[in-house]
Amino acid sequence: MLSTQDWIHAPLGVVEEKFAAAQKGSSPGWEAEVVEFFKEQLKEKSAQSLVPSLNDVPLHYLKPNSLVKFRCFIQDMFDPEFYMGVYETVDGPTDAKMLHCGKYRDVAECGVDFNSKNTVTAERQTFYCVPIPGENLWVKDGYAGSSQARVVASTSYVPSRQKRSYEEDEDMDTQPQKQAHAGLQGPTDLQSNADCKRQETEAPPTQAASASHLDLNFPLPGERGPACLVKVYEDWESFKLNDALEVFGILSVSPALSALAEERDASSSFLDPTEGMETAEEQRVHSPPASLVPRLHVLHAKPLQHNNPLLPHATSDDNGAFLSSTVAEMASVRAELLAYFTHVLLGDGLAAEFLLLHLLSSVYSRRDALPLGKFTLNLSGLPAASYSERLYQILQQLVPCSWYLAMSLQNMNQTRLRPRKDYTANRLVSGSLQLAQNTSLFLDETRLEPGQLDATGVCNVTALGNVITWQKVDYDFNYHQMEFPCNINVLIASEGRSLLPSDCRVHLEAQVTPAHLEEYLSSIQAFPQTSSQLNRFRIYLSVARLLDYSISDQMTKYVEEDFVEMRKDDPQGVSADDLHRMLVVARLLCLSLGQNHLSRDGWLRAKHMEMLRRSRMEQHQTVNGNEP
Amino acid sequence: GQDSSAGDLMPMPTSPATDLLSPAAPQDTSLFSSPRPSGPNEVDISSPLVYGTPSSRVEGTPRSGVRGTPARQRPDLGSVRKAPQVDLHSDQPSADNAVASEPSAGQNLVIWGTDVNVGTCKEKFQRFLQRFIDPTSTEDENAGLDLNEPLYMQKLEEISVVGDPVLNVNCRHVQSFDAELYRQLICYPQEVIPTFDMAVNELFFERFPDSVLEYQIQVRPYNALKTKNMRNLNPEDIDQLITLGGMVIRTSQLIPEMQEAFFQCQVCAFSARVEVDRGRIAEPAVCRNCNNTHSMTLVHNRSVFSDKQMIKIQESPEDMPAGQTPHTTILYAHNDLVDKVQPGDRVNITGIYRAVPMRVHPRQSNVRSVYKTHIDAIHFRKTDEKRLHGLDQDGEQKLFTEDRVQTLKELAAKPDVYERLASALAPSIYEHEDIKKGILLQLFGGTRKDFSQTGRGNFRAEVNILLCGDPGTSKSQLLQYVYNLVPRGQYTSGKGSSAVGLTAYVMKDPETRQLVLQTGALVLSDNGICCIDEFDKMSDNTRSVLHEVMEQQTLSIAKAGIICQLNARTAVLAAANPVESQWNPKKTTIENIQLPHTLLSRFDLIFLMLDPQDEAYDRRLAHHLVSLYYQSEEQMEEEFLDMAVLKDYIAYARTYISPRLSEEASQALIEAYVDMRKIGSGRGMVSAYPRQLESLIRLAEAHAKVRFSEKVETIDVEEAKRLHREALKQSATDPRTGFVDISILTTGMSATARKRKEEVAQALKKLIQAKGKTPAMKYQQLLEDLRGQSETAITKELFDEALRALADEDYLTVTGKTVRLLA
Repeated sequence: MLSTQDWIHAPLGVVEEKFAAAQKGSSPGWEAEVVEFFKEQLKEKSAQSLVPSLNDVPLHYLKPNSLVKFRCFIQDMFDPEFYMGVYETVDGPTDAKMLHCGKYRDVAECGVDFNSKNTVTAERQTFYCVPIPGENLWVKDGYAGSSQARVVASTSYVPSRQKRSYEEDEDMDTQPQKQAHAGLQGPTDLQSNADCKRQETEAPPTQAASASHLDLNFPLPGERGPACLVKVYEDWESFKLNDALEVFGILSVSPALSALAEERDASSSFLDPTEGMETAEEQRVHSPPASLVPRLHVLHAKPLQHNNPLLPHATSDDNGAFLSSTVAEMASVRAELLAYFTHVLLGDGLAAEFLLLHLLSSVYSRRDALPLGKFTLNLSGLPAASYSERLYQILQQLVPCSWYLAMSLQNMNQTRLRPRKDYTANRLVSGSLQLAQNTSLFLDETRLEPGQLDATGVCNVTALGNVITWQKVDYDFNYHQMEFPCNINVLIASEGRSLLPSDCRVHLEAQVTPAHLEEYLSSIQAFPQTSSQLNRFRIYLSVARLLDYSISDQMTKYVEEDFVEMRKDDPQGVSADDLHRMLVVARLLCLSLGQNHLSRDGWLRAKHMEMLRRSRMEQHQTVNGNEP
Repeated sequence: GQDSSAGDLMPMPTSPATDLLSPAAPQDTSLFSSPRPSGPNEVDISSPLVYGTPSSRVEGTPRSGVRGTPARQRPDLGSVRKAPQVDLHSDQPSADNAVASEPSAGQNLVIWGTDVNVGTCKEKFQRFLQRFIDPTSTEDENAGLDLNEPLYMQKLEEISVVGDPVLNVNCRHVQSFDAELYRQLICYPQEVIPTFDMAVNELFFERFPDSVLEYQIQVRPYNALKTKNMRNLNPEDIDQLITLGGMVIRTSQLIPEMQEAFFQCQVCAFSARVEVDRGRIAEPAVCRNCNNTHSMTLVHNRSVFSDKQMIKIQESPEDMPAGQTPHTTILYAHNDLVDKVQPGDRVNITGIYRAVPMRVHPRQSNVRSVYKTHIDAIHFRKTDEKRLHGLDQDGEQKLFTEDRVQTLKELAAKPDVYERLASALAPSIYEHEDIKKGILLQLFGGTRKDFSQTGRGNFRAEVNILLCGDPGTSKSQLLQYVYNLVPRGQYTSGKGSSAVGLTAYVMKDPETRQLVLQTGALVLSDNGICCIDEFDKMSDNTRSVLHEVMEQQTLSIAKAGIICQLNARTAVLAAANPVESQWNPKKTTIENIQLPHTLLSRFDLIFLMLDPQDEAYDRRLAHHLVSLYYQSEEQMEEEFLDMAVLKDYIAYARTYISPRLSEEASQALIEAYVDMRKIGSGRGMVSAYPRQLESLIRLAEAHAKVRFSEKVETIDVEEAKRLHREALKQSATDPRTGFVDISILTTGMSATARKRKEEVAQALKKLIQAKGKTPAMKYQQLLEDLRGQSETAITKELFDEALRALADEDYLTVTGKTVRLLA
């Protein structure tokens, strides 16, 4: 049995071993065995946490050819590539032949015999992966904090965000130190730590310099982190663009890969058929220097159902126990959260209710073109412009991934929202709407200003409208459009009615007088949030989304009857759309209470909420005559 | 003879592993034990595939015969001359005695690494050329050829006349003629195609000894049966002949590729020619004449170059699985295939799939363990060419498996297939059965008829449908569904689109700086359906372009010096909201949606989607919606037909079924039309126009297509009549009388309204006449007088219309606020 050290530090050794055994004829299915071996090793969460993560450890602290994990997002899919699965080398002087395994590697050994009959060509798929866009700081910190990985690097390293460090001679079972301890270390450490920290949290010089000529193609502006070329060997058809994944693979940073790019500029031999096939841009994108964009040869990959570090992984066994324990206290957490939101939303309880439901919504199914379960909320009647920003900051603390888009004229005319295919570089140039599922998109319409939208602006507004109504983004492939389904929670903050469509609009009724607004706003920020309370909220929001939900036949009947009654009373006012909305509200309401089926009580409550909301709208309409 | 230094080249075969992987050549394994013959000299002599080198090109004098016509290198096939032959039965691959002219020895000879025997292969192919007949050919390439004569001999004759030395060979023909030959062609194209070349040239110059060609005929196979999706390419396909469909996304500039380098000794001016082998030139180190070392220099303008172009193609959007990005593949086009395709073209290419190892560093020996792949193009076939020519055939010929066809046919045989399909359409949208049926028929379309020979032009086969109704009755959802269902669907909103966005616009290409025509939604949805939401919000200008499209099915463009007519054989599915946000049942359709009647009459079916406001309906709706929210995916699928099946069903019917009217059906149609005319005649109005008859025919044909029937029968006509009547009942009922009145749609006014207008005009005329000789009158005064006289209320509009009618009679003119009598 291999020790833990070995399969993490030298996973290729495991591969070689299995390969060699297969050559002796003992096990023909060595490839499946390798995959199975690592799957088995990584079954335990404790084992997973031993593997260093590309997300929190700077690349130069990681050992090449060791096992690393990467929490990432498939931004682009490159063409499949053929590689030498098995090849033979001939040693020059002795003429001795040897078989090698080319799987999970980028570079072959010297002296490859291209005419060998033993060569096996195989196929693999490359994905261009970036860190999950819009991932909030607390998520990153949370993951980094739970990592047990001990990196054997030549120097001690300080992970950029977890704000704690390991010493070289520490034991395997290092206890993660509390954040507060970071500053209380020995004087020598402190010195080096401070240096490292500055280097890594502020943009590292290498990265900054390279960024000028190498665009890492992050969907959102201002993102940072490692991009990675992930090579997948097994059933790559199951992966889709925009999937969030956790991959375990062998890190490859062979400088030979970078040499390729440099060499290319120098020797422009167009006679060589292997060269001149790609344009310079394409070359730069598809084979970037490995020091900037490392290669990761996947041994094990799993899609992320949620991106909340506080929740156990879906695969682990204690998942059920965890869920049932959280569900039990959901009602109480809900009350706390609701009180908090009411406070944040200037004392408006109804708006707080709807905001809570909105944060739980998710597209759970599609019927034909119609996405079910989406719940776009338009919070209108917001006071000052700075308020919406504050609101976003608060939401940022609660949801794993989010993005704030101020809908200023400049932003709308200049941001690229839809991803676009660049045929010169042969890649998908990312746009801000290329987001992982369940990302919260905060549209700040209070930033609207008079002016004219140009062609890009109109396109962007249409794209936002499509996301809201159909939960899809049309990617621009120049010669044609391609539709990609998405699952984005859109929250629109506006003064009046939004120019974008929405599923539900709530007009905020502030209980705070404008005079005291400033004071009140500043007090929100200072609202004492103990970490454990915030964590409870975070767990609550993620768990409620994962619950199953059903409607019994009896309830179906009841809802039908009720709908018929409502139509009788007010045939003009109640339409199929209203029923759609009420069903969604009822669903979210039940989930928010930890119930996994529609109850009569839930339905009535949803109806009541709708009624309150509508009456407020009508009231608002009469006050404000120019509202349609 | 070649310089021996060529042997120093490191051999880099294009694909190291194919032989092992190719299951088609099991006997090859025995060959691997034999060492590869080294030294190019003997190989060159022995190879029967030696071409005349370009140096043998003689200019000027007319020549004929195989020997006299220069061969042209085929860079698309790579270097063939290196392939030696081996005797299957001898252990020693004694290439020297393996000369093709010895027939006894030749029996067992095969090209090294393959099972191809040159002699047999040649013979077989010649036999194929001489004998192959395809009486059922429908390809447009074969137009004008006698189908009962050997096809390819006629093509050779054509070559002798036209002088274009290219013979395109359909692989499917080869397969049906000789499956073994086909297998060899697919597996070893690099060896087999040159053999074909030899065969065809021998045959050609035997037949036409006097003909003069620029160079020897080259065979270009196409339509390899193994038509591949780009996604399915795998290492087993390396070095095989493949056919791929895709879209050209990029073409490079022309690359001159050196085929033969010319060296001259600087000391003694002795010249030497060296052929380029896989991109490498073996520079002669020593002059063979004066024995000086390093005295040879390359003379560029005496070297021979060939044209080469890099082309990138991308998977067609139809072939893609959802949620993935399209794959791209690199192609190399050589010689006359250069510049044959442009970015944006949909093409089927046939070529040889190649893989070359990548070097990390030219001077370094460790390589990246990946291969670069590309395809050497042999044949291009544009698939969307027909759009400009307007051939009567659907662009995309989707291939169906036997099983699939069987399932579809079983489905078609069911008596309730029509209802089944209609309910499978947009299951999330509740009821509106007739609308769904209408859209279903639109998806199938009528039979395309071409009367252009008799000068009557094309008859529209597409069914146009307009949905109008209250907002929030899921019109958009229906449109979105249809857009997702059809392969060539376009979705636009009347609000956001301009006339140019719908038709075509001219723009400057950023790369070439040339004016290019960019096609809009209507042209893009040729052979598909164009869904236009918010039809009523469209500007008049934009709407006007629809007139031509919706009847003539063409688009005429005259801008920026580009004048052309494009085909836009698209069915239009439009949705319009009433002007007053809520449908006013007291008004006619025209008044409700405020669209010009000229446009409305071009819709075959106009449906109203109204909120029925009835309890039973509400109950069913509620049930439907609730179940939508809780039923699992599987449950839904059990209930309804899979969308994929529906898609295939439609595609199959559209491609293979073209029903014709039966005798009874024609009679039934005639009766139906006469009946429709009769309805109105009693009340003095016209209730049907020929356009309605055409609509009926289209609908009946579409219904026959739904049944997979080649004949339109009475039941089809019955359903067409019913649907048409239903639609009319909804949209063309005169709210004043309650009768269905087609003139509401054709003239924009119901017959009663028109009658009223005439009455007012007459009354006004009388009033003016009664006033006696007054050349000019005040407008306001006249209106008041008329109002005072009339028993019914006279609106200002009505008065204006009456004035206009009288003005048309040249009785009076209206200038500003005065009315003058004429004459």
